[in-house]
Amino acid sequence: MSAVLAEATEPDEPRPLLRVAGLARRFSLPRTSLFGPRPELTAVADVSFDLAAGETLAVVGESGCGKSTVGNLVLNLLSPSAGSIRFDGEDLASADDTRWRDRRRDLQLIFQDSRSALDPRLTVEAQVAEGLEIHKVATAADRKIMVAAMLEAVGLGGDLARRYPHELSGGQQQRAVIARALVLEPKLVVCDEPVAALDVSVQAQVVNLLRDLQRNLGLAYLFISHDLSLVRHVADRVAVMYLGRFVEVAECRDLFAAPAHPYARALIGAVPAARSRRGRLVRPLRLEGEPPSPMNPPSGCPLHPRCPFATDLCRTELPALRPRADGRSVACHHAEASQADGLEAQGGSDASQPLKVFP
Amino acid sequence: MNLRYAAIKLLRAMITLWLVVTFVFVVLRLTGDPTQQLLPDDIGPEIRDYYRAAWGLDRPLWEQYLRYFEAALRGDFGISFRNSQPAIDLIWQRVPKTLELGLATFFCSLALGIPLGVLAAVWRDSWVDRLTMSFAVFGFSMPNFFLGILLILLFALNLRVLPSSGYGTWQHMVMPVFTLATAFAGAIARFTRSAMLEVLSRDYMRTAEAEGASRFRQVWWHAFPNAAIPVVTIVGFSLGGMIGGAVVTENVFAWPGVGRLLTSSVADRDLSIVQGIVVLVAITMVSANLLVDLAYGWLDPRVRVGGQERSR
Amino acid sequence: MSAETADNAAPAPKPAAARAGRPVGAWRMPLLVRIAAAILVLVSLVALLAPLLTPYGYEETDLLYRLKPPFWSSLSIEGHLLGTDKLGRDLLSRLLIATQVSLALALLGTLIGAVLGTFLGILAAHRGGWVDEVVMMLVDWQAAMPFLIIALAVLAFLGNNFYLFLALMGLAGWETYARLTRSLVLSAREQGYAVAVRALGARPLRLYGRHILPNVMGPLIVQLTLNFPQTILLETSLSFLGLGIQPPLTSLGQMLGDGRDYLLTAWWLAVLPGGVIFLTTLSMSLFGDWLRTRLDPTQR
Repeated sequence: MSAVLAEATEPDEPRPLLRVAGLARRFSLPRTSLFGPRPELTAVADVSFDLAAGETLAVVGESGCGKSTVGNLVLNLLSPSAGSIRFDGEDLASADDTRWRDRRRDLQLIFQDSRSALDPRLTVEAQVAEGLEIHKVATAADRKIMVAAMLEAVGLGGDLARRYPHELSGGQQQRAVIARALVLEPKLVVCDEPVAALDVSVQAQVVNLLRDLQRNLGLAYLFISHDLSLVRHVADRVAVMYLGRFVEVAECRDLFAAPAHPYARALIGAVPAARSRRGRLVRPLRLEGEPPSPMNPPSGCPLHPRCPFATDLCRTELPALRPRADGRSVACHHAEASQADGLEAQGGSDASQPLKVFP
Repeated sequence: MNLRYAAIKLLRAMITLWLVVTFVFVVLRLTGDPTQQLLPDDIGPEIRDYYRAAWGLDRPLWEQYLRYFEAALRGDFGISFRNSQPAIDLIWQRVPKTLELGLATFFCSLALGIPLGVLAAVWRDSWVDRLTMSFAVFGFSMPNFFLGILLILLFALNLRVLPSSGYGTWQHMVMPVFTLATAFAGAIARFTRSAMLEVLSRDYMRTAEAEGASRFRQVWWHAFPNAAIPVVTIVGFSLGGMIGGAVVTENVFAWPGVGRLLTSSVADRDLSIVQGIVVLVAITMVSANLLVDLAYGWLDPRVRVGGQERSR
Repeated sequence: MSAETADNAAPAPKPAAARAGRPVGAWRMPLLVRIAAAILVLVSLVALLAPLLTPYGYEETDLLYRLKPPFWSSLSIEGHLLGTDKLGRDLLSRLLIATQVSLALALLGTLIGAVLGTFLGILAAHRGGWVDEVVMMLVDWQAAMPFLIIALAVLAFLGNNFYLFLALMGLAGWETYARLTRSLVLSAREQGYAVAVRALGARPLRLYGRHILPNVMGPLIVQLTLNFPQTILLETSLSFLGLGIQPPLTSLGQMLGDGRDYLLTAWWLAVLPGGVIFLTTLSMSLFGDWLRTRLDPTQR
């Protein structure tokens, strides 16, 4: 069940583009007493997943659950405390700085805040060209052509290319960020809330652009977002994250139709669109209280203080992320009960109020 | 938390002092034969050898360093070759005179700088404010040796109301203190002004106003104590500038203090005295900064809480 | 390099005001600042062209005409606009050369300090850990010691020579740049553009040289204008004490130090060089202050 084991036992399986196993990241905080231990915050605890070429895996969860940290770890913008990252068959956890710099050509990111993601003192054109210069791709003349073509493809052709970031609109800035990441023709792009800062009308355009580019260039996306309606639109598979752990990983369609993990139910039940598909309703689950502090996670299942299905088992034993027969993986001792409860009684649950998950 | 803060600051202070003492040793020993530098040029080689042995210069370098360090801890910086007394004694004789000048400057600067800064903040953009800011820029830009010379020209040579230089009566102090205090008072006024401006814009000031406290009471009772902490810091940090200024000013007015001893010793290359003064200045600066740091760390939260309480 | 061609193809960068979204009118200088700027331009021109402007060699002595007064006195003599000094040297010529020497020293010193401090600040921010600790300890150490005292000690221990003196000018202010650069870089590194450039696989040289440094240049330049007067004051103080620039070379501080022996009979010998120092530092301070309030509205 662990990734290493899976690799050893199934050598014939096509190798995934990205294989993350047991990934963890802890941050130490300043000491509170003179000689006391440094308190630690576990942002990501034991995360494992595979991502195939051309696939989109979305990571969803509330802010602070560690989903952005997963993205930063995959890109080595943070170094992991534990775990391994294999990209294209190469163990990146042991790669040195030089190797990483080379690999970055294949591993790019798109940020949430496009305004700060662009250097205010360089033209869009110059910034898009930068990755090509760094990796010494082609000749200077060819690079110009590649940059122009890429900018054209994201809709920033002609005069717009020679503008400075502050002379562009938010949507145009995000297109520039996308162009900068994709001109290198990477294999994997981490999209960290790529459209969250944009107006709703612009969001759709940018998302469609991302999808078109994926189709044309065969990109894999690790798509980090808290916006479930967006995720439903773009993802092939979805990982639901709670307090640094993946609690459910499933095909996008399956998850939205019938979430198994109680937390996934709470999240998805809160999305209005999830409640009318194919006549079935995901009955929202009401969780009690607030998410606990990652400095001081509860024993056993991290959700147990808030979960209506919690039993003594949940309080003592951490449920593992188990693959199930229906293709999804769930980390819950009572997933079947929860899932069944979520789907019973069509239309009967309108009275229960959708949980407000997002602040 | 506080204990840790104090311990770190203390440790840093010790390391700074150690660095200064080591710096002196390194510059002195690694740049040539100290007997060449410390002894006059016109002595015979046998005397030189005698001193080399007496000072332990034939020993390994680390042993020399330890000996040097141990002597420095005792305040032993060697003998002044210019007048054959222990350097530390010669320095101590001058310390009270410099302190006299320094303390007078200190109090005059505070007495002038703080009220000016507070008034400039209260009457922002008025002529008081402009005058204060001009004074601060003037003090910052005016070389104190030039200011001293202008004062001598005016008050000693033309008006003949003050002695041009020397030490003794209070009249002798007027010009040196004025010279030194100008830059210092300007800096304090400027800093007090910006600290006050910040405090005056906070909520509890508006509350105090709403409560109907008199303007005088609002400013001096509510606002100023909160602005005082950053001012204390800048006073501590300005001490270095003042020591440097004192060296120059003592020379302009022939004031027989440590600064004048330092410059004449540098000119004569009387290195025992120079290293003694360097270490003394380092101790002064490090202690002052330590006091400011500790006062800041200790006072800061309490005063802030006090400010919050007053607002209710 | 291709980076340069790309730059050339781009339109000229907009003025900083437009970039900050502020109306250009806010950059109009107040009268006082204009006067200060004019004085700075004048003094720089004088310093630059000094050898062409001097009517006599600055070392040329004429013992027959010693301590002659300037043009406004009835005792002044033809050809020496500002009179002569104790050795009969032309005061105007000396003043011009001294201005050149003092300004060049201060400029070189400020630049050395800026480059050194900026480099160490970037290094501390980039490497973190013990490198950061050591750099910051040196910064603390230098900030704790009045630099005049350090300079005097070094001059006493090592003896005076021009290059040592220049090095001391450079060391005078490095710690303010190091501290400032370090904090600017630490916050700039977390900006999206810096993270993005790292994610592109850029080496540190490109990251800092092409992206971070240009973006934090504003405050550093302001610091330069504020440090410059301090360096002039350090040089002139040491030279005034007779421990800086040594004859036959001259500087404004040295002239002032020489002139103070003749206050009673020839006050202008001290007051003229002093006036030049004061006007220069004052103008630079005013200009630097104005620049700072322009670039950083939170500063008052």
